[in-house]
Amino acid sequence: MTDITQKSTATPAMTMGNTLPWILAAAFLFIAPIIFSSNSAITIMNQMGITMVFALAYNMLLGQGGMLSFGHAVYMGVGGFACVHVMNMTDLFEKMPLPVLPIVGGLVGMLFAIAIGSFSTRKAGTVFAMISLGVGELVAACSVIIVVFFGGEEGVSGDRTYGMPFFGIEFLRQIEVYYLTSFWLLVSALLMFLFSRTPVGRMANAVRDNPERAEFLGYSARWVRFYSFVASGFFCGIAGGLFAINFEILTEENLNLATSGGILLMTFLGGAGFFFGPVLGVVTFVLLQTVLGLQTELWALYVGALFLATVMFFPGGLSGLIMMHVTPMRLGKLNRLYVPYLKVFVPAIIGTLSLCGFIEILFHARHAALGEDEMTIFWTTFSSHAILPWIITIVVAVGGIWLAKQSAPELNEAWHDANTPDGGAR
Amino acid sequence: MDLVLVNLIDGLVTGLLLFMLSAGLTLIFSMMGVLNFAHASFYMLGAYFAYQISIYLGFWMGLLIAPPLVGLLGAGVERYGLRRVHQYGHVPELIFTFGLALLIEEVVQFIWGRNAMPYMEPEILQFTAFSIAGNSIPAYKIFMIFTSVAIFIALLFVLTRTRVGMIIQAALSYPRTVEALGHNVPLVFMGVFGVGTALAGVAGVIAGPVLTTFPGMAVVLGSIVFVTIVIGGLGSLWGALVASLLIGWLTTFAKAYNIRMEDILTGVGFTKPEVIWDSMWQDLWSLTSPQIADILPYLLMVLILVFRPYGLFGKRDV
Amino acid sequence: MHNTVRYGLGAALAMSVSATALFADTVKIAFIDPLSGPFAATGTNGLNQFQFAAETLVNDKGGVLDGDTFEVLGFDNKISPKESLIQLQVAIDQGVRYVVQGNSSGVANALTDAIDKHNRRNPDSQVLFLNYSAVDPALTNEKCNFWHFRFDGHADMKMDALTDVIAQDDSIKKVYVIGQDYSFGKAVGSAAQSMLAEKRPDIEIVGNELHPIGKVKDFTPYARKIQASEADAVITGNWGADMYGLGKSILDNGFEGPIYTYYAAADGMTAAFGEAGKDSIRLISEGAQNPPPTPQAAEYIEAFKAKYPDGNVSQSRITNTIEMLAKAIEEAGTATDVQKVAAALEGMEHETMWGGTVYMRPEDHQAIQNMHVFVHTNDDITYDYDNSGYGMLTESTIENAGADTPTTCDMKRPS
Repeated sequence: MTDITQKSTATPAMTMGNTLPWILAAAFLFIAPIIFSSNSAITIMNQMGITMVFALAYNMLLGQGGMLSFGHAVYMGVGGFACVHVMNMTDLFEKMPLPVLPIVGGLVGMLFAIAIGSFSTRKAGTVFAMISLGVGELVAACSVIIVVFFGGEEGVSGDRTYGMPFFGIEFLRQIEVYYLTSFWLLVSALLMFLFSRTPVGRMANAVRDNPERAEFLGYSARWVRFYSFVASGFFCGIAGGLFAINFEILTEENLNLATSGGILLMTFLGGAGFFFGPVLGVVTFVLLQTVLGLQTELWALYVGALFLATVMFFPGGLSGLIMMHVTPMRLGKLNRLYVPYLKVFVPAIIGTLSLCGFIEILFHARHAALGEDEMTIFWTTFSSHAILPWIITIVVAVGGIWLAKQSAPELNEAWHDANTPDGGAR
Repeated sequence: MDLVLVNLIDGLVTGLLLFMLSAGLTLIFSMMGVLNFAHASFYMLGAYFAYQISIYLGFWMGLLIAPPLVGLLGAGVERYGLRRVHQYGHVPELIFTFGLALLIEEVVQFIWGRNAMPYMEPEILQFTAFSIAGNSIPAYKIFMIFTSVAIFIALLFVLTRTRVGMIIQAALSYPRTVEALGHNVPLVFMGVFGVGTALAGVAGVIAGPVLTTFPGMAVVLGSIVFVTIVIGGLGSLWGALVASLLIGWLTTFAKAYNIRMEDILTGVGFTKPEVIWDSMWQDLWSLTSPQIADILPYLLMVLILVFRPYGLFGKRDV
Repeated sequence: MHNTVRYGLGAALAMSVSATALFADTVKIAFIDPLSGPFAATGTNGLNQFQFAAETLVNDKGGVLDGDTFEVLGFDNKISPKESLIQLQVAIDQGVRYVVQGNSSGVANALTDAIDKHNRRNPDSQVLFLNYSAVDPALTNEKCNFWHFRFDGHADMKMDALTDVIAQDDSIKKVYVIGQDYSFGKAVGSAAQSMLAEKRPDIEIVGNELHPIGKVKDFTPYARKIQASEADAVITGNWGADMYGLGKSILDNGFEGPIYTYYAAADGMTAAFGEAGKDSIRLISEGAQNPPPTPQAAEYIEAFKAKYPDGNVSQSRITNTIEMLAKAIEEAGTATDVQKVAAALEGMEHETMWGGTVYMRPEDHQAIQNMHVFVHTNDDITYDYDNSGYGMLTESTIENAGADTPTTCDMKRPS
């Protein structure tokens, strides 16, 4: 796993160590629909796959280039809209196999990125972020004004089955779309990974970390940013094309700031510092949304709090958290962490869950229909108007978090110990 | 002609309200170099706090108590949140405030629900100050104008004439030197963040009754505040004032007068196609200024950033 | 809402299977509307009304066929077309054959299109789309299909009824039309213009304009223009925060004429307008409550309010949807073959508790029913909205509104 991090030094192009993760990923993608075979599971996996391409493309900017974009949905959206329009050009579409369509999206996304990038990449940092915000707002606003291309608020829809059959497959079923999406996910991920290994990709890291020094080496920071931006636009467009194939409709929603903000959230949650971070972020986010969304309508509140906690305590995101354990593992000291982890995280998790329980009781007591005092959380049913559950949740929450805090120094020490080679200076 | 005067007043009210928000934001930015995405959320909190207080103690107590409360909350966020994230760099800071904005919106919905709150002007100001050509100017709007002007003058005075202001200005440019001189720079930072968010709170208290107190009020105003300070030049109080008024008047006049693209295009020498709904350009021809009034500031910002990245009054790059 | 099992994506991932899904003798109805986010209040209230209607009007009366009961399942679409399509797939997987949706025509357009495709591609799991509130005329005109039924009057029909009322009011000489810049706002604008020109050529349209949807912070400049145009009446199709902001600005600016709206009632709006909107805000809608049209209606509202004190019976078409679906299933003798149910729904005439009959026009699957113009007031109000003391009082009634509106629908029936 370590070999696919950007922090590792350059390795020879193809070794066993860095092809293995790809083979595993391909194998997993292949068997996933056999495990989760229901139609809706496949629909969700399609959605995840598309978002992964988008998140990886987004991370080409955020993680690898250090450029924060607030309007990145635009490139995916424009690519997607172009693809739906192609679907509706019956003469052209009849002669075109569907799996080729995302390339159209990619090219359109890239063209749009060239146009915008020509002026937005001149500066990094806040200027870039603000221009991306402005452009994002403008395009989103245009989507309801320019009806010819964006179709107003009801969007533009097409029918993927009108394309030329691809080896007899007409893409009538979700599962066929799944394999198409997976294929493109793998190809784009591989291409994006290889891009990060090219001189341009390497220079993007250098420009991110220290633009001045990169300039001294004779590289134009501006052009390096521009190339990353255009490449990112291309893969966003591919994601847009896949979206068009899967949903057969594109709307204003594909362009607006909420979508752009969402992808930032997922990428950061997964960790922008590692190549596979965004993938993790997408999976986590979608699962959180579905599992929590099933249980409570306050899911957005919890996700927001979790996101904030991630930024504050684990700025490397989930992937950063995982990669932190590589050193202890190499030193063979991972086992020294188990007990302190248990001591901190078990009470912390119990405390947090209790706090959530308290919030749920509060919410239920205020919003449920009259005469429906009964509520069920954590497999227990009780009346939300009784005083006892309130007290229990508060006490457990406070107690759990207090206990976790008590054990924190011990964990800190263990962590330090686990990261120090034996005999090393302390 | 009368309508021009009415629109000037309306634009002034919008602009000054925007100024109260952007003043705090630009102060925070020039001090810490971080764009606070949650700034408009503090504005929303101001309105909700004031509403809650006004139920029990009336509007005026709300105006008095809510802003310090918001400021206190802001200072807390700086002390326990932002300061921690600061060490990771600017991008995580920005993302932190972004997440904070989301969270505050959710919390507000949790506490007050999703519908608009019946937060009203005080009865003493519920009369028409004067009317021009049948258009009434409510006394409350006059009150808004005076409050924001007073705040601007007070802010300018504090920043340029008092010792605290001097320290703040010095800490802006040479934080280490100021620290070496024995001043507690982190405390100054926390103070500025608190005051900045309190200003947003004042804006919320005042704007709540006019612009509706509902959970979406932060989002509606959120990004436009950035636009204002970017156009005005980051860190410049005067820039924030000028840009706010500019945006206030620009949007008001664009809404008030139906400038049609059709007229402009024919004026330039194009001829309108006969069958308009078949034309590629149908949407361009039917465009009117009220349709695009509220996105004009974004266009202005992109243009400014491309041609003059330090804004109208800024001294350094964004 | 909390006592009902909520189905979501998680279930799709085979993480949880609810026990209720295993009963074969329930007719499952998927309610795909926002249950979280800014429109959650409207969505939740709609779900409550559907569940209440299914419970009291069908299940308590012995259900359909051999005692099959209706079960309304809430699916949260976060008012996003994309999310709606995912939820639709999840719902179909759980054996749902009837989908109800109403908030946002954008979502309705996406759903009707997806359902049409789904039914063509999967003849063994076809579904019906019962649209209870999305009013874009296109849905029963150029975009119509066999699987879609609309139980609300569409924007043009409502405008037809509204202009009938305006045409009778001689004091109105100048009208100002304003709306949100998207398909529905445009439809309202152009319908108002053409219908008024036809019915009252002497009425001058002094303004017809669009503003960006959900982006306007301050409506004062628009209110000034309306005042300056010396309009006698305003027509708007605005909803949500845009409706409240516009209405408030107009009223604050001293406008005294009628403001004709599509959506200025319930969901907090009535309470927020309160005294300021009295005798000024008008609403075009179906389903009168004040005075109560029938004893059943009064009984129904009271029972609903007893269960949901904070809710409103704001969409009376929901009861029509449920009752007509139950009737159609009885008539078809099956709840699983939706083609037969659809055929039974076509041309159905239904005596509604809200007075008059609802006729499902076979040509375009558009319900024809009585429309009313209400006024926002606190006088003679039996059943208020938002517990505010204010409610909508029936001012005039248009029987079988829009029965003769032409349709461009070219219905393709499955053979």
